[in-house]
Amino acid sequence: METKNILYINGRETSFNGERNLLEVIRKANIEIPTFCYHSELSVYGACRLCLVDIEGRGLLSSCSVKPEAGMKIQTHTKEIRDIRKISLELLLANHDRSCTSCPKSSSCKLQELSNKLGVSEIRYKSTTKNIPPDYSSEALVRDPNKCILCGDCVRACEEIQGIGAIDFAYRGSDVAVMPAFNKGLGKVECVDCGQCARVCPTNAIMPKIQNDEVWKELDNKEKIVVAQIAPAVRVAIGEMFNINSGEILAGQITAALKMLGFKYVYDTSFSADLTVMEEAKELKTRLTENKNLPLMSSCCPAWVKYAEQYYPEYLNNLSTCKSPQQMLGAVIKETLPESLNIKKENIVVVSIMPCTAKKFEAFKDDKKTKDVDYVLTTQELGMMIKQAGIDFASLFPESFDMPYGFKTGAGIIFGNSGGVTEAVLRYLQGETNNGYNSKVDFKEVRDNDGIKEIEIGINGNVHRTAVVYGLKNAKSLLSKIKESGKKFDFIEVMACPGGCVGGAGQPVCFDDETRKRRAKGLYEADKMLQLHKSQDNPYIKELYENVLDKGEHKAHILLHTEYKNRKRILEEEISLIKGNGDETLDVNVCVGTSCYLKGSQDILHKMINYIGEKGLSDCVNVKATFCFENCDNGPGISIGSEKLSKCTIKKAIDTLERKLEEMKSKI
Amino acid sequence: MSDKQFLNARKFSKVCEIMEKHSYSANKLIPILQEVQEEYRYLPEEVLIFIAISLDLSPARVYGVATFYSHFALKPKGKYIIRVCDGTACHVKNSHKIIDAIKKRLNVTEEKNTTADMLFTLETVSCLGACGIAPVVVINETVHPLMTPEKINTAIDQIYETEEVNELSN
Repeated sequence: METKNILYINGRETSFNGERNLLEVIRKANIEIPTFCYHSELSVYGACRLCLVDIEGRGLLSSCSVKPEAGMKIQTHTKEIRDIRKISLELLLANHDRSCTSCPKSSSCKLQELSNKLGVSEIRYKSTTKNIPPDYSSEALVRDPNKCILCGDCVRACEEIQGIGAIDFAYRGSDVAVMPAFNKGLGKVECVDCGQCARVCPTNAIMPKIQNDEVWKELDNKEKIVVAQIAPAVRVAIGEMFNINSGEILAGQITAALKMLGFKYVYDTSFSADLTVMEEAKELKTRLTENKNLPLMSSCCPAWVKYAEQYYPEYLNNLSTCKSPQQMLGAVIKETLPESLNIKKENIVVVSIMPCTAKKFEAFKDDKKTKDVDYVLTTQELGMMIKQAGIDFASLFPESFDMPYGFKTGAGIIFGNSGGVTEAVLRYLQGETNNGYNSKVDFKEVRDNDGIKEIEIGINGNVHRTAVVYGLKNAKSLLSKIKESGKKFDFIEVMACPGGCVGGAGQPVCFDDETRKRRAKGLYEADKMLQLHKSQDNPYIKELYENVLDKGEHKAHILLHTEYKNRKRILEEEISLIKGNGDETLDVNVCVGTSCYLKGSQDILHKMINYIGEKGLSDCVNVKATFCFENCDNGPGISIGSEKLSKCTIKKAIDTLERKLEEMKSKI
Repeated sequence: MSDKQFLNARKFSKVCEIMEKHSYSANKLIPILQEVQEEYRYLPEEVLIFIAISLDLSPARVYGVATFYSHFALKPKGKYIIRVCDGTACHVKNSHKIIDAIKKRLNVTEEKNTTADMLFTLETVSCLGACGIAPVVVINETVHPLMTPEKINTAIDQIYETEEVNELSN
């Protein structure tokens, strides 16, 4: 029985115990097996062939796709294996746009790293790069097909973590490529900008959009006051770009570096996270009292918000109307700073430093005349700017945030972790801390989840039914469960990225879960080190309410709250069904998108067409099937001329059609 | 509803029928695409998106399947699809001369393989499994054995004649 869990790696006895595959066993034995397409959090794909090993009696096999068996005899780096790995890399490099010197991924590129490690010194094959123009259509991400090595990591991340599938393989053989549907731009399809594709990409085929130059330009402009805000998750990750351990809290060094770069004031997004807690908890209390729009769903994560807007129009009233902390702080800065500094509002530039790519889209979609946030830089971009300025980050003496928006409680800090928003709201519900006496503040039961966790927590005699979710695929399964079983929740927190914002795509490149866990631990430590842990204890939050938000009617509402709208998944698509030849035609559009289709829009469309045929009206109408009127709540949606019909029936549609045709004729 | 104006509306109804027949099952994507292509003679982008939404698949996945199989066309094809076999047997029996003759006659190329009047599309296939009668050309469903450049020109002439008669009778 002794030999049950024993196999032999390069002749040395190694035990295994429940590992997913041979690759994991070998890595545990301290042998680094090269891979492109293997991520422990994603399904096994077996495409890159770099992880192959020699198994006695079975030959060369990809270790990611083989289960460990007792007695296996494995060789990991024979000449044959080394040669094959090198050839695989050479072939990939022959297809690759090798402009490494000007590539932003250069220092963290897995292709470059493995080529160096495995000793690829020349490429014997003819270069076959096609020079395809990169896709800049997204606000958050840039796709450069010339850098793609077809490992499929991005395809699986989008499908398996987010359940979206915005990109996939297309074509076959030597023509195969990863692209959105119909090779449209990422900005024109259902992509929610979470950037998890970029996080797992071994090369620069998908990267967060870089906006350093635009921010440099603002910093160079003497008329502008450039203000920064830093999200919680940035401080525990930026060190990774400067050989500092992940999880170390570097808020002081970041502040110092930003001041050296020319930022006038540096604030903490954790302050506005406290503000979010205040508003969101009040909202929860109101909804519970009124028993309306429950469960309340968090709205801090812009990828989740876009996802809900595209796929769950029926839940948009459940989303908290609170802006995200980033937008709240931007709005508060632009409201208060012009007066206190006696400068024009348009001369204030708010730059937020975020672990997130979707925040770029969130700031961009704000269509007010003065945007709450002008630029969003990822942790990676801030690291690049610090390097561009030649600042020795690791040696910097820490500096403190500026007041008052640099002062936060621990509740605002843990926002960067999955479960953090929930815990912060629960802490609020416990009530204010009296005379420095700290009642229980930690809710460890909402921490460390595997993507989906349902918890019931009793506070002051009330039971709060909450769910904490990360990964939009998990959100989808939770919502399906709610629909099917009618299970009741009071509060649901959703974050798109694994582990929450600490695992965001704007963070320094890392391919392992451990780094992410260290970052999460860093945030909980930062919480512990602060004196205050509940948002309502923050004296500067109280001051802000007294001096600004509670003054003037609806001030808090205008500055801190937002609205949501149904959003089309794919822009600019419709099917022309009847095209009238008459001089004057009436446009009839019938929505056949998911929500309206379920409500019977196809049936109405068929009946309308039959009616038009019977009455011989085909010359005076243009009938089209469209995919979304962005009015899914009131489906089926039909528009006839300028009139939009909600909850349409065939009778309503035909009556309106006749009336509109009459109007049109009378005009002629 | 035989009116020409209702052609698209009729096709769209057919797409709904086809999906209903397959119970809107994502597993039936390929047969659905095959049947839809028979209606339109190709797979229009907006119809593929409609199918994706109806089957609860991502449009990128449907596009991936539609581009993987050479049977599926994303650009409109002609009324007559001329498939010239260029497999080993046909190739050694000068199938390339037939291909050249068609290209010259119809003014088409590999990239632009459909005639401007949408009557013909030229395709080459790897093997039709009819090597005994090589070189082989298949026009829609009709097999033409032992082809020569002269014979293919005659076949094209005949199609033009049929089309003219149809046009006149309409």
